[in-house]
Amino acid sequence: MKGTEAFQELLPLLGDEPVVHANGFICRESFNLKDRPENFYMIGSMGLASSIGLGVALCKPDRKVIVLDGDGNVLMALGTLAMIAAEAPKNLVHVVIDNEVYESTGKQRTLSNTVPLEKIAKSSGYREVARVDKKEDIKPAFEKMLNSQGPGFLLIKVEPCFDHKTGRVTHTPEEITERFMKSLH
Amino acid sequence: MSSLTSQTFVDRLIRENFKFFTGVPCSLLSGVISHLEEVEDAKYIPSVREDSAVGLCAGAYLSGALPVLLMQNSGLGYCLNAFTSLNLIYRIPVLVIMSWRGQGGKDAPEHIIMGDISQKLLETAGMDYSVLKPENFDQVLATAMQKINEEKLPYTLIIEKGLFDERH
Ligand SMILES: Cc1ncc(C[n+]2csc(CCOP(=O)(O)OP(=O)(O)O)c2C)c(N)n1
Ligand SMILES: [Mg+2]
Repeated sequence: MKGTEAFQELLPLLGDEPVVHANGFICRESFNLKDRPENFYMIGSMGLASSIGLGVALCKPDRKVIVLDGDGNVLMALGTLAMIAAEAPKNLVHVVIDNEVYESTGKQRTLSNTVPLEKIAKSSGYREVARVDKKEDIKPAFEKMLNSQGPGFLLIKVEPCFDHKTGRVTHTPEEITERFMKSLH
Repeated sequence: MSSLTSQTFVDRLIRENFKFFTGVPCSLLSGVISHLEEVEDAKYIPSVREDSAVGLCAGAYLSGALPVLLMQNSGLGYCLNAFTSLNLIYRIPVLVIMSWRGQGGKDAPEHIIMGDISQKLLETAGMDYSVLKPENFDQVLATAMQKINEEKLPYTLIIEKGLFDERH
């Protein structure tokens, strides 16, 4: 499956869940397919989408919180997987779009073709862990995670395919903060 | 404010509504952290790195909490990318409690350079701070609250060796 197809499958399944996005193409794909106030587009601070999402999940225990991460981002902050497992928020679902490359900077390889991220999540102590390779498996796997006790970790294996004409997020960082906070009230 | 201890410090922060604490320990902050682990009204979450703690604090702030990041100045380098590409541009405040190792060049070798440049790094990044003293706590906290609530920017309190009791 192409990376874009994963977003096309996943995004229509969202309700009003806050979604914290990893930097790079993850933000841009999501913004262009379906912009929503509940989207926090993290355009810098590579690696921190998972810790930001953990903070939201701990302080908003009644909301399901989604982190939409990339393999390069996850590898930069592997220790955060341990923090998530230790705090064990029931309401956190960590989705990783794993294209095995830093696609945003020119498709240089990461380590996730040899190091299985879902196994790291599992052994860290995430409650629910799943890996999908086929487009049609995304919907059942994601819905199961949404309805299970977290923390959940859903690894989606994709091929890089980003269309460079896809625009950047047009909201300013301050606007992103403001509307995201309002959507959480 | 006559006496400043780990306990009065933490209790005062909690009264200002800071209830979400995280960070990576420093011996100079050991008393603060052990008091935090004892109190009911605040949560202390161990972080694995200081930049993860910055992310965690950002998520807490976005959800309506007032977060505090506790760290040694050796963690400042890890945080700079997060401060400059997250907090400062998104206007996500955090109260940073940063211990000052290497002050005056008198410390273990690994602390000397960072001890000399921590304040310059904060200034270069355009981040305000104060060195906390028992006699300036009220005033410094008021400045920090103004920075956080009005300007929505981070503020750092620098903690010198000997300010708080160390419990280890
Ligand atoms: C600290 C830091 N290092 C490097 C970069 C450059 N950079 C931006 S996005 C990115 C790749 C992100 O990789 P991944 O999470 O796998 O997402 P993908 O690009 O594959 O969608 C990199 C290396 C950065 N923004 N910040
Ligand atoms: Mg990638």
